[in-house]
Amino acid sequence: MIASHLPVLQVVMSLVAAPLCMVLHRGRPAWLLSVAVSWASLACAVALLLQVIDDGAVTYAFGGWAAPVGIEYRIDILNGFVLLIIAAISAVVVPYSLRSAADEIAPERLWLFYAVLNLLLAGLFGIAITGDLFNVFVFLEISSLASYALVSLGRDRRALTAAFRYLILGTLGATFILIGIGLLYAATGTLNMADIAVRVQGQLDSRTILAAFAFLTVGISLKAALFPLHSWLPGAYAYAPSAVTALLAATATKVAIYLLLRMVFLFGPDFIYEELPLSEVIVTLALLGVLSGSAAALLQTDVKRLLAYSSVAHVGYMLLGIGLGGMLGLGGGIVHLFNHAMAKGAVFLAVGCIVLRVGSSELASLQGIGRRMPWTMAAFVIAAFSLIGVPLTAGFIGKWYLVLAAMERGWWWVAAALLVAGALSVLYMWRVVEQAYFHEPHPANADAAEAPLSMLVPLWVLAAASVYFGIDTSLNAGLAARAAAVVLGIAP
Amino acid sequence: MSEALGLYNYWIFVALMMTGLFIVVSRGNLVKKIIGLNIFQASVFLFFISLGKVDHGTAPIVSHAGDHGAAIYANPLPHVLILTAIVVGVSTTAVALALVVRIFEAFGSVEDDDLHRAEHES
Amino acid sequence: MLAFLLVIAVTIVLQHSLIAATMLAGFFSLLMALVFVLLDAVDVAFAEAAVGAGITAMLLLGTLGLVGADERVTRRRPWLPLAVTFAAAAMLVYGTLDLPLLGDPQAPAYTHVAPYYLEFGAIETGVPNFVTAVLASYRGYDTLGELFVILTAGLGVLAMLGLRGAGSGSHAGGEGEISMTHHPILRVIAKLLIPFILLFALYVQFHGESGPGGGFQAGVLFAAAFILYAMVYGASNARRVVSAPMLYMLMAAGVLLYAGTGLASLWYGANFLDYGVFAGDFVSGQLVGIFLVELGVGIAVAATMITIYLAFAERRVE
Repeated sequence: MIASHLPVLQVVMSLVAAPLCMVLHRGRPAWLLSVAVSWASLACAVALLLQVIDDGAVTYAFGGWAAPVGIEYRIDILNGFVLLIIAAISAVVVPYSLRSAADEIAPERLWLFYAVLNLLLAGLFGIAITGDLFNVFVFLEISSLASYALVSLGRDRRALTAAFRYLILGTLGATFILIGIGLLYAATGTLNMADIAVRVQGQLDSRTILAAFAFLTVGISLKAALFPLHSWLPGAYAYAPSAVTALLAATATKVAIYLLLRMVFLFGPDFIYEELPLSEVIVTLALLGVLSGSAAALLQTDVKRLLAYSSVAHVGYMLLGIGLGGMLGLGGGIVHLFNHAMAKGAVFLAVGCIVLRVGSSELASLQGIGRRMPWTMAAFVIAAFSLIGVPLTAGFIGKWYLVLAAMERGWWWVAAALLVAGALSVLYMWRVVEQAYFHEPHPANADAAEAPLSMLVPLWVLAAASVYFGIDTSLNAGLAARAAAVVLGIAP
Repeated sequence: MSEALGLYNYWIFVALMMTGLFIVVSRGNLVKKIIGLNIFQASVFLFFISLGKVDHGTAPIVSHAGDHGAAIYANPLPHVLILTAIVVGVSTTAVALALVVRIFEAFGSVEDDDLHRAEHES
Repeated sequence: MLAFLLVIAVTIVLQHSLIAATMLAGFFSLLMALVFVLLDAVDVAFAEAAVGAGITAMLLLGTLGLVGADERVTRRRPWLPLAVTFAAAAMLVYGTLDLPLLGDPQAPAYTHVAPYYLEFGAIETGVPNFVTAVLASYRGYDTLGELFVILTAGLGVLAMLGLRGAGSGSHAGGEGEISMTHHPILRVIAKLLIPFILLFALYVQFHGESGPGGGFQAGVLFAAAFILYAMVYGASNARRVVSAPMLYMLMAAGVLLYAGTGLASLWYGANFLDYGVFAGDFVSGQLVGIFLVELGVGIAVAATMITIYLAFAERRVE
């Protein structure tokens, strides 16, 4: 009986955890509940994905009302994979947050922190799982409001202005999405995505459909922090509490990229790649994002900010996959979703450990930290290899697919730009490594000890995953290929 | 109805949307930005509700048990969506204003220019 | 009337007194509500008036009291904002050219899905107000999400501003409070008005299925009555009526009532939020379910709005 209700449990468990945190009203019980929910969510996501692999797409009709009259959840390989990414990251980050949040957030507000954290996760799950376009908007707002609040809890007062700018741009993005939904609804009379996908065919030359596409794309791009709409991201990631940064960096932009992939499905690959031809535009924007993000990362003096700009670059890689299209391009973009989530999650968790012990994420205060916190820095280096894309790490696969996809189309300039970006990423990661290993310890970290086990274990889980999925690629690359087939409409 | 009149509502929506968006992106005062955001969102409400309008229709409530099926009702779906969007709007406003209060306490100003300056100093 | 909306919006752009801009924005909302009535959207009009001219305006005024009410006039070149605005507008105008005309009964929005609600809505759910039927049953899950949006906002505001008596202890109470306690006329009017607002809120809550209104509007009205009391008699007097833990419990209880109704459906072996199983026959079950979730919405909305207002009212200029 439970098996048939997995889709709703995936979201409602995290939703209900929020008011229960209010009832508990204390930090540690709220944390325990959140850990339990995050692990149950991971189990749920795994079970759902297995169901989808065995039986094809799973649907769930809310209130017993069949779509399009009612709202339905619809899970195929693509969003099943995304759900797994969110659930896996949360199952690692929530346990990690105990020490980190206790250090960075006032004790009387800890229960609030966990309540809002659960709402953020529920929102992200809800966006990924639903088959109803307006339902996307509602859960997008849950996750957005939760992330504004979480970012504002950072210790630095600049967290407040960062959260405000994030809020303004995020709300503009969400309202653009709402306009897009309205235009699509006016043209098709439905909000169900599968229904829309059928009904837009045959009126793709309508100006309303084109405008809907434009507004949805711009709105989602704002949320995904795609170049040149990324201005909110570095501040938000730099000043948010460490656990929040890790969670947002590993999941929130991924969900927005997922929505872009869903748009390809919604309007049909023919519309995107043949009718409009958008490939060149998307690829150019993506490469600009990759190069400018990497270059900006080189100039930063704060590790969190450096990694945030690296995120702008990596979102560019995923977009590049969408732009190149085809099984290789989309597959590369999707597998990079997964691999980047693991590796970026790991480096931000490592920085969180450093912030706990040193009290700062300034590059200068990291001098010699490799000797003070050997385990933390070793995990950081492994994950950094994956972010650079060294062979035998997970980060290599996605970039390799992207290069292959570019070659397939004969776009040598794309491959060349990727090579340059790779070199830049070696340079900016080297700046951190050089500070950590090739300097005498800085006075600021004179009494820094190794991070506690409750933080090291989650960190190493993600770092190890970054290596494991680079060697055994059957799970991530295999699923990504099948997800790409879903986007292209080849597989159900 | 002529084309110009039939699309009048939509064009007012576009004009309101422009006004709201312009306030958000051009004004430096954070409270003013939020007021602009509210106008921007309200314009979208107008757009949706206009989609629900039907000629000779009435509010979508069955008034007498007897006339069911005979009367023409407005489309209730956009109404439901906008009720949700209104809630989302006021929620966003509340969070934004709370941030403004905290920003004022931390920086002593709610003008974007001052905040940029203060951020670069600290 | 639509053109007048535009005039107000443009005036707001030019207005440098933020108090005046807030008042104009409230007036804008009222006018917008009137437009909604003309477009046959009475439920939405009700909500827009209560939220735009009520809650939002009060929150804006509360904020202005703390951060100052004058916008600095800066001469900067608005070329980029203008470019962004015109690009968006051009795309929208382009998109509207193929839209069905206002009121077209042949529009896709009116011929697909919507006819189902209009034909079966009242029969299947037993509720004469189609908006309530769609909101609480057909698309009840969106409404659950909406309730969690408010909860997120409430928790977010609490995380940022905190509430007195909730263990946060970050600000002192009592003196310097903004209230109109010394206005005898206001006190009398408020005393007369508040019971009627409360009564009306109850009517809207329990009558929403057959007339305009429902849990959300009732919750906002209820909160408005309380806020009126707090404004006239002072927040600290109002706080004798409600404590922080009580507000938290009510917020949680409201959303849990809604989510719990959905989970109860699972218990009866049906899908989440399927109310048909709550009673012997389908329609009675629907009525029970709709009653429960609307009650959840009312409680949670009222408690959250009051909490948010108090968080602002108890903040003082340091």
